[in-house]
Amino acid sequence: MTRTTIEVTINGVRYRHEVEPRLLLVHYIRDVVGLTGTHIGCETSLCGACTVLLNGAAVKSCTLFAVQADGAEITTIEGLGEEGRLHPIQEGFWMKHGLQCGYCTPGMILAAYQLLQRYPDPTEAQIRHGIEGNLCRCTGYQHIVEAVRYAAEKLRSQKA
Amino acid sequence: MIPAAFEYFRPTSVKEALALLDHYKDEAKLLAGGHSLIPLMKLRLAQPRYVIDLGRVRELEYIRESGDQLLIGAMTRHVAIETSDLLRQRCPLLAETASVIGDAQVRNMGTIGGSLVHADPAADYPAAILALEAEMRVVSSQGERWIRAEDFFVDMLTTSLQPGELLVEIKVPVLPPRTGTAYVKVAQKASGFALCGVAVVLTIDQNGVCQHAAVGITGVAPKAYRARAVEHALRGQKLDASVTAAASAKAAEGIDPLEDLHASAEYRAHLARVWCRRALEQARARV
Repeated sequence: MTRTTIEVTINGVRYRHEVEPRLLLVHYIRDVVGLTGTHIGCETSLCGACTVLLNGAAVKSCTLFAVQADGAEITTIEGLGEEGRLHPIQEGFWMKHGLQCGYCTPGMILAAYQLLQRYPDPTEAQIRHGIEGNLCRCTGYQHIVEAVRYAAEKLRSQKA
Repeated sequence: MIPAAFEYFRPTSVKEALALLDHYKDEAKLLAGGHSLIPLMKLRLAQPRYVIDLGRVRELEYIRESGDQLLIGAMTRHVAIETSDLLRQRCPLLAETASVIGDAQVRNMGTIGGSLVHADPAADYPAAILALEAEMRVVSSQGERWIRAEDFFVDMLTTSLQPGELLVEIKVPVLPPRTGTAYVKVAQKASGFALCGVAVVLTIDQNGVCQHAAVGITGVAPKAYRARAVEHALRGQKLDASVTAAASAKAAEGIDPLEDLHASAEYRAHLARVWCRRALEQARARV
């Protein structure tokens, strides 16, 4: 089968690869580019562990072919903060115990990122609706909701 | 969960897409947002040899008003429909329906055209499309034709589209004054698909008499359907809670409900009756 050349920008770095059209975006990010912060959970578009930002919109990278993302700007969890300088959402998850095993966390944080872009001061209902596509089996969501609220306040105070 | 290998095409116009479709015929599948097709390909329930990606056919992404109609391009994403000011004002039923599809990530990718042609019996749009008496414009290299919503859904995962045809546009009417609409659903917890979804369009005159009623129900039968018996029981009646309750009792009349792991046939029929009443009450309150 013919391979296709794609060019994507991930966390500000440009990549160019020849890929099989059937290669899923999540496998491209993890296995070809080597960024393993994006997790593979259910592989059935339900759990949201593989969530990344594609041109700013949260998508499930297990339900996208890498070729569809040709030309796109992608943000993964590695692109959000760095060692010793966490993004306010990451800090919120840290401060409010928004994770236990951590498996859902990268996807959860990127879903929260989009949510806070759309609703800088979200209600609890908006937070819960915004993370509907991300499953967590540890926390019961309560701490995640608190983490997102913490991040919202911090981001707003940074802007002010 | 690795799809079978395929050859990939990315046309940038409808014309180009139709030429590819004509050339590869049944061996090709059209890829819109991919949120129905890619899961099927990962399970290898679909193994197309050729995939024609419509993601760059920008001419199919729009929402606009034309006279007393609203026109929506088939590649318009759910999120665009959910957040469209034009739709929220002129056809809130469609925006409301889009807002409860799947989850935020699914709505960012999924398209109205892709969802409609997939014709999943538990998809949300079909209920609204039926209640709105929408029409679908399909094109092929032979020309174009319009398909009424009621003729569009044929059976489970089957529409009246013919090989070589491409859905390009959905047309819904701007609703008349004194019209209330609602879409409500009971979702299957994990997937968000409808165990039962009811869309209602109600027009009521100054005296509270129902001038027009259209009810579309999804998730309950092998294909979404118009609940004609309910509509008939409402039309010409002065609406109150007892009238809508009596009409809703007919919501599953004449259909053969689906039965699966998530809900028995009896339970689905029950949900149709209960949620039909709730949808009617909500639409009535919004007139």
